[in-house]
Amino acid sequence: MSATEITVDHPQRAKAFVHNDSRAHWHDQALWFVRVKRDRMAQSLPEWEQLRAKASQIKTHTISRLADYLEQFEREATKRGAVVHWAADAAEHNEIVLRLLREHGVKKVAKSKSMLTEECHLNPFLERHGIEVIDTDLGEWIVQLRHETPSHIVLPAIHIKKEEVGALFHERLGTDAGATDPKYLAEAARQKLREVFLSAEAGITGVNFAVAETGGIVVCTNEGNADLGTALPKLHIACLGLEKLIPRAADLGVFLRLLARSATGQPITSYSSHFHGPAPGGELHIVLVDNGRSNILGSDDYRRSLHCIRCGACMNTCPVYRRSGGHSYGATVPGPIGSILNPARDLQKYAKLPSACSLCASCTDVCPVKINLHEQLLTLRRDVARAGHLSRGKRFMMRSASFVFRRPRLYSALGKFGRWSLRWLPRFMIYGPWNPWGKQRDLPPPPRRSFRDEFRRRQA
Amino acid sequence: MRVGLFIPCYIDQFYPDVGLATLELLERYGCEVDFPRAQTCCGQPMANTGCTNDTRPLAERFLQIFEGYEYVVCPSGSCTAMVRVHYEEYFHGDARYEALRKRVFELSEFLVDVLQVSAVQGRFPYRVGMHQSCHGLRELRLGSSSEMVGPTFNKGRQLLQSLEGIEFVTLTRPDECCGFGGTFAVNEEAVSCMMGLDRLHDHEQAGTQVLTANDMSCLMHLQGLILRQKKSIKVMHLAQILAGREVPK
Repeated sequence: MSATEITVDHPQRAKAFVHNDSRAHWHDQALWFVRVKRDRMAQSLPEWEQLRAKASQIKTHTISRLADYLEQFEREATKRGAVVHWAADAAEHNEIVLRLLREHGVKKVAKSKSMLTEECHLNPFLERHGIEVIDTDLGEWIVQLRHETPSHIVLPAIHIKKEEVGALFHERLGTDAGATDPKYLAEAARQKLREVFLSAEAGITGVNFAVAETGGIVVCTNEGNADLGTALPKLHIACLGLEKLIPRAADLGVFLRLLARSATGQPITSYSSHFHGPAPGGELHIVLVDNGRSNILGSDDYRRSLHCIRCGACMNTCPVYRRSGGHSYGATVPGPIGSILNPARDLQKYAKLPSACSLCASCTDVCPVKINLHEQLLTLRRDVARAGHLSRGKRFMMRSASFVFRRPRLYSALGKFGRWSLRWLPRFMIYGPWNPWGKQRDLPPPPRRSFRDEFRRRQA
Repeated sequence: MRVGLFIPCYIDQFYPDVGLATLELLERYGCEVDFPRAQTCCGQPMANTGCTNDTRPLAERFLQIFEGYEYVVCPSGSCTAMVRVHYEEYFHGDARYEALRKRVFELSEFLVDVLQVSAVQGRFPYRVGMHQSCHGLRELRLGSSSEMVGPTFNKGRQLLQSLEGIEFVTLTRPDECCGFGGTFAVNEEAVSCMMGLDRLHDHEQAGTQVLTANDMSCLMHLQGLILRQKKSIKVMHLAQILAGREVPK
């Protein structure tokens, strides 16, 4: 996002994305393919809707007594030998991680995928302090090599074509020029990342689930990179958003069954790695991060957004996300859930995101933890308007429309005049830059009489 | 039974025949239909822009105008959902509203659930593509959505399928949004039109001759694209097909 952009201009960014028609369609189809895989997996479980309901109930319960569960988690994790740190915001999180790395004399870190560390902008922070961080998730690594941010929370490099990955690897890793075979490119990345795993002095991971009852954490990956990154170094730092808590180990089954099916259409992620305390001779530090989450917890309207397990299904199904790309949202978490979480933190900057949505409600139906996404997006539009972040033009339009609709005679007269104008005005006066509807669409052919006129004639 | 006909503003102004077809259908099944002339717009455009203060007086007018009817029927899932689902915000706990919301129906659900219409007489020998308008589908549950697991059903299709000669096309994306979305259509013009063209492409591939929906707003957007691009697909509201209208030239 450029420094001059006070409010992320989603319509403008989306327009630029759509402008490249073939690329926009390629992006749309790539994500739709994932949605279809998800459908197949969901349909294979007759108990799918019960699972969703159960997951939603567990989350509702957990966040209703989050403080208790967080303290229980801290006690149990500490008993197992982990050290738990509390960070109020991104800055505190970054400071804690930096201090830990410095105390251990670490200069090189292998990091597995963590949207929380992206949210906190940990990489640039550590780099500024002379620490090298390598993202070991293939997609994240590609994005890192391109000096970009992820455009999707599960598929960070979904906006990049394999030809572009080939060119990037040719330049950075010395692979053959023009190579596009995914297998060949993945193998090249694997060899290079092996060197990272062997030489890193600390491993940083995200956390998918933290179990209050056991003090254990679970990290889900498809590449095994969380295990590899934490196996050799003495120091493992796990960064954990407050909302990732679940009460019992028994609850894990519900969420693990939903997560991968919703995310990528797999029955389960290739690796579900459980960490209970540090490895022998090592240290496990868990950083619990708030960064605005407890404010959302305090809001009746948006509390349920904390159910989110970051599966990305709402992005894959969102017809707007698929056609505008993750970067058009100007935030770490894009798509429907991002259009709630980001404005809930910074309403002005993200004022346009709740309207980057046709209110189709597909996200609400796809969400494995039953977040009422489209309803929250609608409520946010009210908050945006109340806070005065709606353009003057839009406010005027709505006020005028309301004025007219309260006066049936005026409404009828204006309708008649409008239809008459459409019939008699030349096209160039109807269609122009003042008419965004008409840029690509015709207006409906105007009938001579409205329904109310027809009805009256029929009565007579 | 006495029915108050709730005609969305854009149907009143641009698609009077959709209103007439709705009226004829209701009369065909024995309803005594009244059109209260004081009605204008339910307020959805303002509500969806976040302007709740501009919506409230329209919601109050609506309640006043329609509360005397035994049933209120509307040929739009979206406008029905505005009243049944979203007026809650304005009338939370209000007994008058609670009494009204149970009596407001979208046309196809009124025919199927209240009037118990099981078959519609008529002939419609065309390949029909059904567009599933989002609010009808996911807020009123007029049909099962592709995201959810459970029995499949669709009230609109249930009515249409009894017509002689009708054929339904199979789409690759059975219920993706057309991109109308009210003010979204102009706020996010680029994405909106791409969504609409993608829907049309799906229908063209499937061989749709007549594109129908429970909501004329989706069809207004799609028709706008069809006219501009001079495509051959025709659009008709569900009520027009059920009432036996000819396919427009």
